[in-house]
Amino acid sequence: MNKNYNFAFLDEGSKREIRRSILKAVAIPGYQVPFGSRELPIGRGWGTGGIQLTLSLIGKDDVLKVIDQGSDESVNAVNIKKFVGLCTDVKTTTKTQEATLIQTRHRIPEIPMTNDQILVLQVPLPEPLRIVEPREEITKKMHAETDYAPIWLQLYESIIKYKKVTIASEYPCMVEGRYIMNPSPIPKFDNEKLHNSECLYLFGAGREKKIYAIPPHTRVTSLAFDDVPFEKESFKGKKCPLCGNENTYLDELFDSITGEVFYQCSDTSYCKEVQERCI
Amino acid sequence: MAYVAVSGGKEAIEESIKLLDFYRSGTKIDIDLTAIENKMSLLVDRVMSEAGLYSKTYAALALKQCEGSVEEAVFLLRAYRSTLTRNYYTNEVNTDNMRITRRISAAFKDIMGGQILGATYDYTHRLINFEIENEDSEKLFDEIKKKLKNEEPEIIEPCSRVSNELKREGLIDTFEADNTSPYDITENMLEFPCLRSARLQTLSRADTGFISGLAYSSLRGFGQVHPTVGELRCGYIELEVPYLFDNSESIYIGEILITEVECFTEADAGDKLKLAVGYGAVFGRNENKAIAMSVLDRELENKGGNPTQNEEFVLMHGDSLEMNGFISHLKLPHYVTFQSKLDAVRKTRGDENE
Repeated sequence: MNKNYNFAFLDEGSKREIRRSILKAVAIPGYQVPFGSRELPIGRGWGTGGIQLTLSLIGKDDVLKVIDQGSDESVNAVNIKKFVGLCTDVKTTTKTQEATLIQTRHRIPEIPMTNDQILVLQVPLPEPLRIVEPREEITKKMHAETDYAPIWLQLYESIIKYKKVTIASEYPCMVEGRYIMNPSPIPKFDNEKLHNSECLYLFGAGREKKIYAIPPHTRVTSLAFDDVPFEKESFKGKKCPLCGNENTYLDELFDSITGEVFYQCSDTSYCKEVQERCI
Repeated sequence: MAYVAVSGGKEAIEESIKLLDFYRSGTKIDIDLTAIENKMSLLVDRVMSEAGLYSKTYAALALKQCEGSVEEAVFLLRAYRSTLTRNYYTNEVNTDNMRITRRISAAFKDIMGGQILGATYDYTHRLINFEIENEDSEKLFDEIKKKLKNEEPEIIEPCSRVSNELKREGLIDTFEADNTSPYDITENMLEFPCLRSARLQTLSRADTGFISGLAYSSLRGFGQVHPTVGELRCGYIELEVPYLFDNSESIYIGEILITEVECFTEADAGDKLKLAVGYGAVFGRNENKAIAMSVLDRELENKGGNPTQNEEFVLMHGDSLEMNGFISHLKLPHYVTFQSKLDAVRKTRGDENE
């Protein structure tokens, strides 16, 4: 641990301030709480919202897991883990079940999380209405007035034009029937894991200075029409050649020599575990 | 079969950082921090201004650490800044009392207190001076010192601003001094419409290139402000903090160098016209940034359809750390989201495997 800096980098006053914003976010599920986002030694847009949540929550007894794109070994995950390690010395793990605190970018682990775990998600653009309205001043009012017509209209127009809702990741959800929320750029595949979960989900956007939350057992529904139901990514007929799973989110890869397309689990620690169980 | 493209991240990062040392090592000749601080002072000023941290020494150190990259140096200083506990807030400073090193007005030939040209590149011919290649810096330093020693120092009295004259005449509106604590953008999220104090702080820390480009767009036609620089002054201001045990007293903690600009434009006053002031103030000597800031301050008061009149547009996109962080994040893996995009695109083409 680098003794030149406080435990978990930020000064205690800043950490407390962030925790207060977290409490507010938990009290109003799906509502974006503005906060005084601090600058970190890691770039804005590289997970600083998530890192600030992690730093403000982490204690000496916590076990930390960091993933990026489902992988513990991805460059950004490694980098964040290294930074938190540098200023806390807490134990880290790659096993989802062992972690008390998991920070992630773009994925929710395949293994269901429990009620003594927190998942911290990094958020680049927290505002789900930004795709229909660029001005913060206006989107804030739209949320206050539950004026969600423009985003429904966008879904409708997409169906008219392409016969499908074409939103890829960052698929908007309705939280407890009140706030439309951006689940961060997780694939649609992961959206259902947000609904009625056991664990606490926290979302941090450092650059945009917002924190929001989904507490356990919250109703979270992906926006869809009665006659055009929500549809997640499909990997029909494909499976991971390493673990044999047919119901995980897969990465599409090109063989570096033959150029042939193949698929692998995006959640690498889960994939390894399944492989070990099979041996 | 191994995990492709995601494994080995740790080793790759470590080697990459070693490679940076290779680039930084460059040559056997070192650049001394004192040299950066004093001979690259405009660069140091720019970094301090965009970082919002006034420390020439740390700015010089940061620049040395990152091969002279402005955005990286700003990044280092900002990150360092958020580890520091804030113990004091300085009292308001009246810049009338500035120890002026340069002061010009483009509005009047002669002004109270006089024009002081001071040091400026404005009237140099931008010809590369090849003699500098073999300059003896020790000799140069001694010579300049000796020359200065023989000069009789001229006393510069603190002087009030050019705009004060026009206020007296009623051409510029006069307001009561408002000493309510400013909105602190380093501890709060900007909310719109925002207070002027938040606007000015944001502009003062903004990326020089960004606000210069925006101000230029306003001058060129995508705006209404073609201002007159009423006054540009550069110099030292003294900072004081309240004395803990007696608030009526204060303690002097040092001085900082700033550039301050007031620009004048015509404005509507019912059936006649008046003059309005745009304000700019930045750390160090950075005149174009201060002028650009004053243009944008004025333009944001105008409120119209041009980009420079859109508060959110101007204030949300000029922070060096935020813009460079978000642009550089595009280099991070986006395998999962791109997979999702592929899925969405393929589904509209009906070629999903069904």
